[in-house]
Amino acid sequence: MEFFKIKKDIPFMSYGRYTTSISLITFIFAVFFLATKGLNFGVDFTGGTVIEVHYIEPANIDKVREQLGSIGLHDAQVQNFGSSKDVLIQVPLKQNKAGAKLSEQVLETLKAQDASVQLRRVEFVGPQVGKDLVENGAMALLLVSLGIVGYLWIRFEWKFGVSAIIANLHDVIIILGFFAFFQWEFSLSVLAAVLAVLGYSVNESVVVFDRIRENFRKMRKTEVAEIIDNAITRTMSRTIITHGCTQMMVTAMLFLGGETLHYFALALTIGILFSIYSSVLVASPILMWLGVSREDFIKPEKTEAEEVLP
Amino acid sequence: MNRYPLWKYLLIVVVIALGLVYTLPNFYGESPAVQVLPLRANLKADVALLKRVEDALQAAQLNTEALSLDTTSVKARFADTDSQLKAKDVLHSQLGEDYVVALNLLPRSPQWLANFASPMYLGLDLRGGVHFLLQVDMKGALDKALESASSDIRSSLREQNIAYSGVNRDASLVTVKFRDAATRSKGEAELKQRFSGLEFVERDEGSDYLLNVRLKPVEETRIQETAVQQNLITLRNRVNELGVAEPVIQQQGLDRIVVQLPGVQDTARAKDILGRTATLEVRLVDDEHQIGGGSVAPFGTEIFKDRDGGFILVKKSVLLTGDRINDAQPGFDSRNNEPAVHIGLDAVGARKFKEATRENVGKRMAIILFEKGRGEVVTAPVIREEIGGGRVQISGKMSTEEAKDTSLLLRAGALAAPMEIVEERTVGPSLGADNIKRGFDSTKIGFIAISIFMIVYYLMFGGVSVLALGVNLLLLVALLSLLQATLTLPGMAAIALTLGMAIDSNVLINERIREELRNGVPPQAAIHAGYETAFSTILDSNITTLIAGIALFMFGSGPIKGFAVVLCLGILTSMFSSVLVSRAIVNIIYGRKARLNKVAIG
Repeated sequence: MEFFKIKKDIPFMSYGRYTTSISLITFIFAVFFLATKGLNFGVDFTGGTVIEVHYIEPANIDKVREQLGSIGLHDAQVQNFGSSKDVLIQVPLKQNKAGAKLSEQVLETLKAQDASVQLRRVEFVGPQVGKDLVENGAMALLLVSLGIVGYLWIRFEWKFGVSAIIANLHDVIIILGFFAFFQWEFSLSVLAAVLAVLGYSVNESVVVFDRIRENFRKMRKTEVAEIIDNAITRTMSRTIITHGCTQMMVTAMLFLGGETLHYFALALTIGILFSIYSSVLVASPILMWLGVSREDFIKPEKTEAEEVLP
Repeated sequence: MNRYPLWKYLLIVVVIALGLVYTLPNFYGESPAVQVLPLRANLKADVALLKRVEDALQAAQLNTEALSLDTTSVKARFADTDSQLKAKDVLHSQLGEDYVVALNLLPRSPQWLANFASPMYLGLDLRGGVHFLLQVDMKGALDKALESASSDIRSSLREQNIAYSGVNRDASLVTVKFRDAATRSKGEAELKQRFSGLEFVERDEGSDYLLNVRLKPVEETRIQETAVQQNLITLRNRVNELGVAEPVIQQQGLDRIVVQLPGVQDTARAKDILGRTATLEVRLVDDEHQIGGGSVAPFGTEIFKDRDGGFILVKKSVLLTGDRINDAQPGFDSRNNEPAVHIGLDAVGARKFKEATRENVGKRMAIILFEKGRGEVVTAPVIREEIGGGRVQISGKMSTEEAKDTSLLLRAGALAAPMEIVEERTVGPSLGADNIKRGFDSTKIGFIAISIFMIVYYLMFGGVSVLALGVNLLLLVALLSLLQATLTLPGMAAIALTLGMAIDSNVLINERIREELRNGVPPQAAIHAGYETAFSTILDSNITTLIAGIALFMFGSGPIKGFAVVLCLGILTSMFSSVLVSRAIVNIIYGRKARLNKVAIG
């Protein structure tokens, strides 16, 4: 079986202007939503308390809210979580509240009403911890970006490093844009997914770049655009199949992994879809515009060729 | 060209065999167990203890699945939680307060296997339990140190009859006022000699001759380090009391402490015990009365346990409380070089202590540590002479180890810097079990889906890829079990993700082979070229992912770290399995055929 029997190279580079424009527009939208709506940061980053409880019978959300109100937690967010029997209570951080003690108060109050209520999970994050996590996340993002540019620079050439990282940071921004637009919760595990996407989607660029380098060596007389077209066309089958396989795993997590893994898998899904697009249709045009040429790889032969010229 | 030398096959066989062995314990599952740990330094987990446990259980007619002894504890495994709970009660009442009897889960793997291989170490989100992050109040510790410095300065100036007109303390500075420069320099010389941890700067302001005193930076660091160390020790002692089998208590960063209590559900009690403050009291020992078996303490006295399990009769009136103690350090007696504990008292404490010792030479004093209302005599030395100056030394019949323990206990009761819980994550046991199931299910379904697709799409080569992927999973689980790295839910997600990504290498190879075949290259050469040319691409793409993994590991905390560890390990195992193992299988299938006209690659 074979999905992609492409005889002629697809002239991707001649569409470069369009593909990058589409990309640019999506990017601008993502930035726009990030700026206007902002990310819906989870308790990991903002600080606060999250309590997940389980009832034997389907829970009465209004009643839970009422009970919480009775101990002064009027701004608590109460919602179903996964099923009608599970309830998630989120209490924002307050300076004057005895932070870590809050969960006991809540559970006590709920127990008074319905003794069958069962504690599933408590997360309490103080303000300083949240701040540290944001800083560490930013540091990790920076370090990954620098590391990748550095590696590609050593392994290929600086132009490759720069175009790969532009393409991939653009993926990251778009994932964040989605999270801002839909106001999905941005938690620590989503951050992990975003950073994993950064490492993963660079793979994609690396595979294409590898082909481009190989083509520069093999196809001596061909134009740069054609070389890139050929590299993309010939790796396309692998790109789709690989991402398809990874996506199968991610889809399994999306549906079977429960609430915790859901957003993690969602971030990965968006990341995988856009990394196919960006590494092929964004990284390569940028690479071309940065002026990649045969001389970047085969320098000795260049001098030889000059000597032979009459 | 598609043949491996024998050693490569052997290497692969050995690696897979090791992988199987180390993965094996994960299949046996876990049984409820009871773990007995001695609490005191002088009690050891030894054959005698094992015998006691065995006898106690036999007397209660509780059948164990296994009973074993290791360096720190005695472990008894049971068939069901019912007998586990019964055994806990029995052992607790038999062994008393000197031992921790903790509930635990122990792997059910047979002894020969358990000797060197354990199942994966599950994180709190998978097994249930509590995670606390505590912040030590460094400012509080420094404040306290400066406060006691200022009162010490006052009293030592007074002692030496050096006139001063005032000692003021603000945030991080103590200012001593003198009337003239001569007294100031005299005072400065005196103080410098006494307090090595302080630095002094002279300053003139109008008609006042001032001396600014602050803590030396070295001293500040020392105070902060001790504060954290001390809190660690205190927490360790308290966690013991909770009866947790495998608690994790470690420093994180400069001023934070992580406490992880697997299996603990009663978080209210845990918080209560962790947040408790211990107090210290110095009282006189009553040696006039005898304590017989079950006798009541005479009027005005109380009976306390000492560290060796004996009893001491102590008077009720308090000579000194722990907040007068500034410092306690292990050291040596300057006269006979015996191990000793050096205690520093503040000015008020020193005066009180001087009086008390003058009146009670030859008697014994008891230093009692109170925790949750229960006192324990840490040490009860004889007072040999009047002790002035606030420097107290306790020595005699002590090992260096005991001196260290005692000084820690004294500090724990006296001046632990306050701590605050800044993060809490509690996972109930049902959620933990659900999380395991979810992680396992998604990996299983994803794996099956990929397998079906690969076999349909690449036929024989797809089958080989799936085998390689299976080996990858095996090795990853084996490596995680071997390293005992903590497996969390994000870690399970990372297993699934690395499997999904590892298949990339095989897709790359298979696509290359197809392409070569399409270009008219004969099958053997195509296979060879496919593996050779794909390798550098595989290396490049794996290294970039590895970079991301390492950065995540360095900057991630908790769940992210768990994800990063598995991601990095997964990349390493996938390099081995998807390149070496899949090539070996292909070589076995096709490598020996001299005339190969067709390969099944779809």
